[in-house]
Amino acid sequence: MDGALRFTQVSKSFGTARRKVTALAEVSFTISTGRITGLIGPDGAGKTTLMRLAACLLMPDAGTITVLGLDGKSQAQAIQSQIGYMPQRFGLYEDLTVRENLNLYADLQGLAHTERKERYDALLALTALGPFGDRRAGQLSGGMKQKLGLACALLRVPRLLLLDEPTVGVDPISRRELWAIIQGLREQGVSVLISTSYMDEAERCDDIILLHEGKVLAQGPPSAFTTPLEGRCFFVQSAELSRRLLQQRLQAEPAVLDARLETSGVRVLLAEGAAPPSVAGAEWHRVPPHFADAFFDRLHAERASPDPVVTPTIRVSPQEISKPETVLSVANLNRFFGSFHAVKDVSFTVHRGEVFGLLGANGAGKSTTFRMLCGLLPASSGVLNVAGQDLRTAPAEARRQIGYVAQKFSLYANLSVAQNLSFFASAYGLGGARRRERLAWAAEEFALAPYLAQNAGDLPLGFKQRLALAAALLHEPPILFLDEPTSGVDPLARTEFWRRINAYSAAGTTVLVTTHFMEEAEYCDHLVLMSLGEVLASGTPAEIRARAATPERPNPTMEEAFIALIEAHEATLRRSR
Amino acid sequence: MWRRLYALVIKELLALLRDKASRFVLIGPPLVQLLVFGYAATYDLNNIPFVVYNEDPGYASRELLARFDGTPIFRRIATLQSEELISAFIDRKDALMAIHIDRQFTRNLLSGRTGSVQVIIDGRNSNTAAIALGYVNSILFAFDQEWAATHSMPNPPANLVLRAWYNPNLLSRWFVVPGIIGLLTLVVTMLVTALSIARERETGTYDQLLVTPLRPLEVLLGKVIPGFLIGAVEASFISLMAVLWFRVPFTGSVLALVLGLFLFLFSAIGVGLMISALSATQQQGLLGAFLFLVPAIILSGFATPIANMPQAIQYVTLADPLRYLMVILRGTFLQGDGIAELSSQFWPLAAIGLISMLTASLFARRKMY
Amino acid sequence: MQLQRLSGLMRKEFLQILRDPSALGIAFAMPLFLLLLFGYGVSLDAEHVPIAVVVEHPSPLADTLIGGLDQSRYFRPVRFSDIIAARTALKEREVNGIFWLRSDFVRKALDGEGADVSVIVNGVDANTARLVESYLQQVWQIWLLQQQREQASVLTLPIGGELRIWFNPALRSRDYLVPGLIAVIMTLIGALLTALVVAREWERGTMEALMASPVTMAEIIIGKLLPYFVLGMGGMALSVAMAIGLFAVPLHGNLLVLTLASALFLLVALGMGLLISSVAKNQFVAGQIAIVVTFLPAFILSGFVFDIRSMPTIIQFITHLIGARFFVSILQSIFLAGNVWSVILPNAAALGVMAVVFLGLTLRRTRKRLD
Repeated sequence: MDGALRFTQVSKSFGTARRKVTALAEVSFTISTGRITGLIGPDGAGKTTLMRLAACLLMPDAGTITVLGLDGKSQAQAIQSQIGYMPQRFGLYEDLTVRENLNLYADLQGLAHTERKERYDALLALTALGPFGDRRAGQLSGGMKQKLGLACALLRVPRLLLLDEPTVGVDPISRRELWAIIQGLREQGVSVLISTSYMDEAERCDDIILLHEGKVLAQGPPSAFTTPLEGRCFFVQSAELSRRLLQQRLQAEPAVLDARLETSGVRVLLAEGAAPPSVAGAEWHRVPPHFADAFFDRLHAERASPDPVVTPTIRVSPQEISKPETVLSVANLNRFFGSFHAVKDVSFTVHRGEVFGLLGANGAGKSTTFRMLCGLLPASSGVLNVAGQDLRTAPAEARRQIGYVAQKFSLYANLSVAQNLSFFASAYGLGGARRRERLAWAAEEFALAPYLAQNAGDLPLGFKQRLALAAALLHEPPILFLDEPTSGVDPLARTEFWRRINAYSAAGTTVLVTTHFMEEAEYCDHLVLMSLGEVLASGTPAEIRARAATPERPNPTMEEAFIALIEAHEATLRRSR
Repeated sequence: MWRRLYALVIKELLALLRDKASRFVLIGPPLVQLLVFGYAATYDLNNIPFVVYNEDPGYASRELLARFDGTPIFRRIATLQSEELISAFIDRKDALMAIHIDRQFTRNLLSGRTGSVQVIIDGRNSNTAAIALGYVNSILFAFDQEWAATHSMPNPPANLVLRAWYNPNLLSRWFVVPGIIGLLTLVVTMLVTALSIARERETGTYDQLLVTPLRPLEVLLGKVIPGFLIGAVEASFISLMAVLWFRVPFTGSVLALVLGLFLFLFSAIGVGLMISALSATQQQGLLGAFLFLVPAIILSGFATPIANMPQAIQYVTLADPLRYLMVILRGTFLQGDGIAELSSQFWPLAAIGLISMLTASLFARRKMY
Repeated sequence: MQLQRLSGLMRKEFLQILRDPSALGIAFAMPLFLLLLFGYGVSLDAEHVPIAVVVEHPSPLADTLIGGLDQSRYFRPVRFSDIIAARTALKEREVNGIFWLRSDFVRKALDGEGADVSVIVNGVDANTARLVESYLQQVWQIWLLQQQREQASVLTLPIGGELRIWFNPALRSRDYLVPGLIAVIMTLIGALLTALVVAREWERGTMEALMASPVTMAEIIIGKLLPYFVLGMGGMALSVAMAIGLFAVPLHGNLLVLTLASALFLLVALGMGLLISSVAKNQFVAGQIAIVVTFLPAFILSGFVFDIRSMPTIIQFITHLIGARFFVSILQSIFLAGNVWSVILPNAAALGVMAVVFLGLTLRRTRKRLD
């Protein structure tokens, strides 16, 4: 026996004979013992199916699976008593407390009562959940839930740990803590298979399996992916152009495969053998390649060239754009849930055409603020003004001004993609040629065409997000509220998404967005950093980064800045208590 | 407005009917239940098993027993030779009734004395027992009259002439099958409405609806209309089946029936949506549906007459929409009633519908936090 | 099967029950509410039935007859001066029947040719109509016997029928309806408690995490069953206590036998709920199925109001699919007749078979797999 997990020619498909969807086709790979293996791939590549097969929750149509030397078909029970598995949506019992959840899984995994105290203490310390032992799981923030889920899967140190997108919707601080736990496990000899859509996480793995359309594209350590790109990655800055204009210019160059905003400049990946094109006043600095670059490179080859971004019909006259008109403002907003002060005295204003980012740890009050702005939740006190009105009291017609994508997928799961789109088109009163045009646009723009007949609930996570976004954009609203619109979406789709958002904002659409991807924060014109319900910092991305600059780290990335600011704030709060 | 409403209705119908299991639940069981319940729900007695212990050697007892054997209501399953055996048959529920004829029966009758017959009935199901008792009484009474006539005894001073209006043969089916129309219609509307808002709340789609320009009234109508469509289709189908398959006569005004069903659907959907709007989870919605459905059916007068209930409970039944529909159904089917005769039933339905719809719209608008 | 895992699952289920009071409500508040409502509300005993009395020519003889009606607890005679008004009252559902003595009543009765007394009943409610007819006949017979005695003449009613009702001599319908109600209510409670619990685990994603742990499917099912079983038995005890204490239904049989039979039936009801839950995998559909297959079948096909012996053979056959049917039979016997083993044992055996089938199917349906 070699390796913790071995797939040999494994195929799996779903659906009826009439409409068959192949999830995995003749997949073969081996995962070595005691290493962290990352499972990376775009949306719908078959990552979740692979995880479930490895946990013996699905049976392959063909091929064999060997887990820890045991046969997946006949020895499922024995395998399940030796592995740890954390599904994408971990099954925490929300009406049970943290400790009760741990007790349940300890019983299920046969952890002796004598070992428990020590193990709980270790895990609660590791996850920093100690103070919340008696809190109900339903009242934990998203990141805390994920950590608790991981703790439950780790009660008895498994020999193989399967983690399916454990960091979706988790803030950078919690993400860092999760990774510290996972790396600690490797020290204990645990083999880990983890799927993720964060490219920086991929780099922390020992080994990477790149999955695409149900096939393994490549397997190897991250360096094996990045080394061939040596000399093709650049950091570009220009004194003449704004970052975003520079990025647009660069993107238009045929030699440029990808251009992304990064701190004060643009990160560029050149096509193989291409020389840096000359763009107005740009300075090119060679930088070491990241895994993200490799991912783009590989998938560009696989995928057809990215669709040209359709410039949205401009419905605001240029004069209107030029003057900084306030379209949304919040003053002294407060919200209590019982005695819990969820949003504390928050004030900010958003101008037309701005991309306005709301950052913060899980549970900082971002979603609550959004829900109040959209009129879904009454404010306890404070003044709300969205397009001149408070949506809670404004007539229904006023809501035509906004589009809203909720954090949790909230379209009709048992309606097909086409039916969902057509329903929301009607709900927004679209008719005739415009309706046909918009529906066609949605199908093409979000690459939903192959899924139109499928039930929305059965879509892969990334496509659910796209569908939700498509539904919110159908009526081309002047104001967009996007609550973590890119969680669980692959990097390619995310880049396209941001290109689209920037094009919208250039055309006069105002966008409010929350995200846990700090590199995305760079795409915003203005950021508000929230922590524990209050506004911690506000300003342009550069201003936010500058606030966290220290002599040791004069030029922090957004993620570093975020972690530093939030931790400092939480520390002062803890001290003052 | 119309386009949005149309889209909401289509969405709701798709959400209900796209799922195979859900579609089956809405169509299959009501049809099967109509057939099964239509035949099962009867108070008429047929083939009631009885045993006989006849000690009398004379001909009068044989003539009397021949009357029991001759009716389809009773079926003799055994003729016993000892009195002890009677209790065994009745305890085991093998026989509902035992007839014990005294050794002197014929002799006494012929000599002008009273001939004695003992009839024992299993009272565990008191209704069956009461009905059987009635039959036994009429058989004995008829025997009396004939014996008196043939043995030249004087006529009794008067005769009882019994007639039943609207249902001359007193067939339970004529009474029960129209009731089943109401029962199944109520169940179907509950299925369609009681969980629907709660489901949207639980899956988050309700929030998504609330940020669209849809008006609360439109959202509510979007739930009401599909309930109406499905309820109306099933109610008309079951009504047709009642006439064509079960041969229940329809003597009244079709218009009155249609108006009655319309108002009933209005109030039942109102109650269903009210339950749904008040519940935060589907579990609560299901509980609410049962807490309404079960009393509504039991107290509607479907199986047991409202007049038999204590006064306090009779007041409670005034809030039960099914109670009014029962009268409308039986009135139009059997009593030949029209709109004028049933007007006292229409307005309470409209009132219940109005109140529950208002409550539903009030709570549907309230967002759950 | 491992005790630690099982007890862990059961503890979790109990905690969830305690946190969400709706389960406790189903188990205890619902039987209380339903039994109170139905115990008082459901009755087939027609009493004080309004009857229109039309006496066209009053006389002492007519008074003796009407006096019989007045004294009967079954009737509430309402005087009408003429038959037209009485007919209108019948049509408008104000009275259930008409008792009509024509003007020639006395003359014909004394002539010896015999007068006809017309009785018209509203036949829409066939059952009540039949009971009314039967009660009227009784009043009539008593009157005849009375006449016979007073005039000391010859016999007009030669047979002395001695009618005896066993087990429920007063023919109180409540005595048989209340035990039947317990069966119907427990069907509801059993199914409601469990119909959503497995579907909920699927919907919330907890099932996937459970399945990837070493737990076996049997443990999951039993871990669900036992807590709700305890709860259901509590509800059952409450119902029985109310039946005896509040509704004064006599309990002739043994309490232990009743408990055992109830336990068996509860397994059937819970098993049905679990099966629904595991078939549906989503709460909405599970809820719909639960509404459709529990209440009405138990209400109509269990023999609780409608006597199974009167149903067509094929329907009688179908009633064997309804667990409540067997339990109603057991309950009516234990309460009203005593430990009649010849009734209890076969029905209990049938319940046992159903419990095994439901739970077995549930176990088969919920394999430890996602596809």
